[in-house]
Amino acid sequence: MEEKPESVLKSFLIELLVYAALVVFYVLLVIRLLGNWLNGLFEHSKTHYAIAALLLIIGQGIALEMLTTLLLKLVRLRTH
Amino acid sequence: MDFLISHTHISPLYLVTAGFIIGMLGGFFGVGGSFIAGPALFAVGVPMNFVVGTDLAHIVGKSIVAAKKHRALGNVDLKLGFIMVAGTIAGVEVGAQGIERLKHLGQASVDKVVGITFVIVLLSISAFVAWESWQTLKMQRKRGGKSKKSAGTSSKTADKGDESAFAHIAQKVHSIKIPPMIKLRASGIKEISLWAILGVSFVGGIFSGFLGGGAGYVRMPSMVYLLGVPTHVAVGTDLFEVVISASYGTFSHALKGNVDIMIALVMHTGAAIGAQLGAASTQYFHGPKIRLAFVPLPLIGAAIVIYGLLSGKNMK
Repeated sequence: MEEKPESVLKSFLIELLVYAALVVFYVLLVIRLLGNWLNGLFEHSKTHYAIAALLLIIGQGIALEMLTTLLLKLVRLRTH
Repeated sequence: MDFLISHTHISPLYLVTAGFIIGMLGGFFGVGGSFIAGPALFAVGVPMNFVVGTDLAHIVGKSIVAAKKHRALGNVDLKLGFIMVAGTIAGVEVGAQGIERLKHLGQASVDKVVGITFVIVLLSISAFVAWESWQTLKMQRKRGGKSKKSAGTSSKTADKGDESAFAHIAQKVHSIKIPPMIKLRASGIKEISLWAILGVSFVGGIFSGFLGGGAGYVRMPSMVYLLGVPTHVAVGTDLFEVVISASYGTFSHALKGNVDIMIALVMHTGAAIGAQLGAASTQYFHGPKIRLAFVPLPLIGAAIVIYGLLSGKNMK
């Protein structure tokens, strides 16, 4: 059964709000803390920096996809 | 927020919002969105060599999940993907070396040359997509007219919009008999020269290494119209290939000091949610009209780059 656009929009808006709160926390704490360490790596060893950069973006890609899928499931369960 | 690696000061809200819009467009139109991501970074003062490398890193984070989903749907031709990886990586390296050469001439040269090339590519994409969707719409209208005369025969053929408009080009490529010839079962191609695949992927790789992003805007149409790969397999295989080649590109550019991973990480937080919203929206829109709606987007990207070039904001 196809969902109504209004119901999908409502789910996404709720998901967006929860996600925005989590992202603010993540950017302010985790990414800011990583900043100095990554800058040090960039200055001293480009090879280590390149490995760390690749691992971080792949890790974040997988983690955020899991988070958005989970949020969407929870929000849809509550709105239906 | 200060980004120490690229020596820039950008609001994280700007990056997250830009990422969100790029992710949404990517999810909706099935493209990486580097035509907006690159100009968006350039517009806030990120030097062009960092724009290229950082955009590649951001693409890795986005494509890895999409590729996994397409693999589960059976839309990935692994044999084609691995062959294309070889051509793309060689191309990416050539593109990255091009940036290195330009860096020796100074940052202003990098910004100017990459910026102008970017504008030319964006205008070409926009013109091509407008022309292609117009052709498809025209063809569908003709088919619709015929189907009214012979009721009940056109529902399936009307969906195959791009099939007949460019099929002759792919047939010509298939007729090139330079060995080794290979068979691509998953793509339904009986025989094609290995060199044709490597050539297409190499050119896409140069665009990717020189302009950043996954260069799906070049490789995707090339796979469909030149190699004759079905569109859904082309999308899945392109994503699979982009994960590997963009990872290589990120690593290569990071070694050369062209990646600010902090910018990529912040931007990607917006892209992850935007991609879901964009993908979910596609169930309410269909056909070449979507591609026609895509036409202004590269033009926006081109306008931002032209503004950056003319205002000299990045000419450090």
